[in-house]
Amino acid sequence: MNGRASPSNRATNSDLVLRSLSFGYIGLLIVLPIIAMVVRSLEGGLAALWADMTLPPAIYSLKLTISTALIMVAINVVTGTATAWVLVRYSFPGKNLMNALIDLPFAMPTIVTGIMLVAVYGPRSMIGGFFQRYGYEIMFNKPGIILALMFVTFPFVVRAVQPVLIEMDKDMEEAARTLGASSVTIFLRVVIPSLLPSILTGAALSFSRALGEFGSIIMVAGNIPFKTQVASVYIYGEIESYNPQGALGLSVVLLLFSFVTLMVINVLQYWSRRHEKN
Amino acid sequence: MKRTDIVKTLLLVLVTGWFLVLIMVPVFGIMQEAIKFGLANVLSSLMTPHARHAFLLTLWITVAAVVINSIFGIILAVVLVKQNFKGKLFIEGLLDLPFAVSPVVAGFMFIILFGPQGLIGSWFEGQGIKIIYALPGMIIATLFVTLPFVAREVMPVLRESGLEQEEAAYVLGASRWQAFWRVTLPSVKWGLIYGVTLTVARAIGEFGAVIVVSGNIINRTQTVPLHIHQEFTDFNYGGAYSAALLLAVISFTLLITLQTIYRRTDRV
Repeated sequence: MNGRASPSNRATNSDLVLRSLSFGYIGLLIVLPIIAMVVRSLEGGLAALWADMTLPPAIYSLKLTISTALIMVAINVVTGTATAWVLVRYSFPGKNLMNALIDLPFAMPTIVTGIMLVAVYGPRSMIGGFFQRYGYEIMFNKPGIILALMFVTFPFVVRAVQPVLIEMDKDMEEAARTLGASSVTIFLRVVIPSLLPSILTGAALSFSRALGEFGSIIMVAGNIPFKTQVASVYIYGEIESYNPQGALGLSVVLLLFSFVTLMVINVLQYWSRRHEKN
Repeated sequence: MKRTDIVKTLLLVLVTGWFLVLIMVPVFGIMQEAIKFGLANVLSSLMTPHARHAFLLTLWITVAAVVINSIFGIILAVVLVKQNFKGKLFIEGLLDLPFAVSPVVAGFMFIILFGPQGLIGSWFEGQGIKIIYALPGMIIATLFVTLPFVAREVMPVLRESGLEQEEAAYVLGASRWQAFWRVTLPSVKWGLIYGVTLTVARAIGEFGAVIVVSGNIINRTQTVPLHIHQEFTDFNYGGAYSAALLLAVISFTLLITLQTIYRRTDRV
């Protein structure tokens, strides 16, 4: 056999060139920036970094980010699974259109999402004005943050669960039904366990996205410390007010979260692939 | 049987209702705002010098991101699929990182590295080249957030197409270069188009990473999303809604393109 025909076993010169280009590109755009940030954050010492991280507005923004993300995940897990179920198991007019539009939040620029939500729920709008009259603010308030997060992450759970549901054998459900199980029992004991890895994958992806979300939140929530300032907005505020040192603490925390969620997602995907095989 | 029908109908109504309120109502909301503003006003606010500058800037940055990330995306896909080396899984993991990192944190990392005091930025500053608060930095930030798309879409196609066709080309006397242009590239065509469409969608809409590295200078470093934000903070709501509507229409068109490719290539 020609030596060039099996490039995967022995690296030729052009293989090495391509490999160096890949490493160089990933190195310049991903690895070096991370190293630069970690080095810069450690320059002032760990004590100073810890002090930046634990400033009251920083702590508040991190807590707000995590709590709103968790509320969003709880809602999206239920609505996303239900949406996937309806799209796979039922047939109804407009189903194909709805299936196509599920990905709309991924295609929409985050700033446009923010503007849209302000147009509908802002104080000048019909719905927002209605709530305002009863002394209830949606925008520039926590519900606005959760609403924005629900919009931008909506496709994750649906798109994670859908393919698994399509592949899922109805045999087990039929068997359970023949054995006298009720619909509720079948759903809880047969369907949910098989969907669990994909639901969790969707939840982890949504959570990861929510921790870093910026564009839509700055539009709907503004930048009010101790009220609507989430972590990414806090970091942006510190950079804008020429205090990059103050932004380092939370940036490192968010970066750490990114690494952890990425690993969790990889483990979950491995798990769900094994689940599918069994 | 009757009871399951009721449950079915109820679930269907709840799910479609939820989808309409959460996703579609905001889309109609922005249309309504633009109609209220008036078509003539929408058009004239899109033709202001600020708006035109922003659209041109976004166009150039998007073109740069598509060209550079297509080249490196294909190289990355070829290396990760066709070569075996230590640390391959680690590189694959790194490749997904831009999806997990907050855009603001990404922009901040680039300020630290490429800023006037940064490791690389200080050298360029010495040569009189500005990266941060200028176009190069905005392109770098956009490259980062769109880096995985082409590589991730080409990889599975490349894996499926296998090596046989290329080997046949070699046996027939083709050079590496010929084999790449005539065999490899056509076989990954749809994966590449799909990845490029995702790259365009993200590049025209990127806000967080770009606003941090650009310094948000009116008429100089404001892309369309930054221009929308500026109009909104200046209480020029009509201008903000007009530009946002145009971006929404472009995004919607890209989404339809993606769905069409999806059906064409019969993935799912």
